[in-house]
Amino acid sequence: MFTHYFEDVRSLALGASVGLVFGFLLQVGGVTRYNVIINQFRFRDFTVLKTMLTAIVVGAIGVWAMLGTGAIHSLHVKDAALAMNAIGGAIFGVGMALLGYCPGTALGAIGQGSRDAIVGVLGALVGSAVYAEVYPPIFRALGSIGDLGKVTFADITKLSPWWFVAALAAGTIAICLALELRDRRIRPGRSAV
Amino acid sequence: MTAILRDPRLRPYFVGIGIGVLSWATFYFMDKAIGTSTPFVGAAESVVALAAPDHVSKNAYLHKLYGDKTGGIKPIFNWEAALDLALIAGSFLAARIGGGFGRERVPSVWAERFGPSVGKRYLAAFIGGFLLLFGARMAGGCTSGHGISGGLQLAVSSWTFFVSMFVSGVATAAILFGIRRRGEGAQ
Repeated sequence: MFTHYFEDVRSLALGASVGLVFGFLLQVGGVTRYNVIINQFRFRDFTVLKTMLTAIVVGAIGVWAMLGTGAIHSLHVKDAALAMNAIGGAIFGVGMALLGYCPGTALGAIGQGSRDAIVGVLGALVGSAVYAEVYPPIFRALGSIGDLGKVTFADITKLSPWWFVAALAAGTIAICLALELRDRRIRPGRSAV
Repeated sequence: MTAILRDPRLRPYFVGIGIGVLSWATFYFMDKAIGTSTPFVGAAESVVALAAPDHVSKNAYLHKLYGDKTGGIKPIFNWEAALDLALIAGSFLAARIGGGFGRERVPSVWAERFGPSVGKRYLAAFIGGFLLLFGARMAGGCTSGHGISGGLQLAVSSWTFFVSMFVSGVATAAILFGIRRRGEGAQ
């Protein structure tokens, strides 16, 4: 049935290059650690939020600039089927707090030697297979609730995306600055990791 | 300069900038957005196909993710599957270079709360992993595809996912660990 199981070499090489850098960065950033992720959900360690918000803001500036200048021609926005996004997100959150990794960081955790992440990935593969079986009735029941299509906040508000990028950047700077100032007050000087 | 790069307090920002720039490269060179959870379906269905190939070839969800216009199935081992495998290698390299590599079965924060039992930790990890991918596939993405890639594209779907998963994760962690303020009790 899988007549062509492997994609062309160029796509595989590019994908592998991105993955290699991505895995390297995640591990260096400490977000492949169970302790770091679970303590984000407990508001005791904000590494995950700092990393993600910075990545989103930097990524947004470049991607929207490339789109504006014609360096890239399209985005890859996922379908807003809001009921499925929200309920799926809620299930994902329970799973992430139990496992202590998300799919990407679980793979990264395997690379650094975390054996519990291997078990987590096995569970994830079973979860994927089960979802593939129950997808039709779930989609029939929920797929049309809050179905807006592949839209961005710029689309639905008819505002320039740069308003949102600017707001995200300002919000990120404010949050991170507040966190750093708070940490400085609690632990003067440089914090140890 | 190296002192700034090595400052642990600044590291999340440098890593975040790195991931942001990596997402530019992914859009520019590949016309793709970084994601990690779709290949889990491809991998799982490849295994199921060994036992029940006809069942898998008719699977509606597999066709939604990998189907082409002629009713066939596009390559399962694609750029994103390569990304996932290389992610393991990238993290391995970083851990080797940085000295963070080591076999760990029960993380310390887990052990403080639930004890050193490997079985208990693995059971939670398995169930957690199951829910993680079930939820990701229902939502249409994970922390990479929705969280970072979708977030930077200002996607309504992705921010809905992001808020929902964060609230749910905080609530679950509160149930698992209790709500104690920083400084009280352990740590």
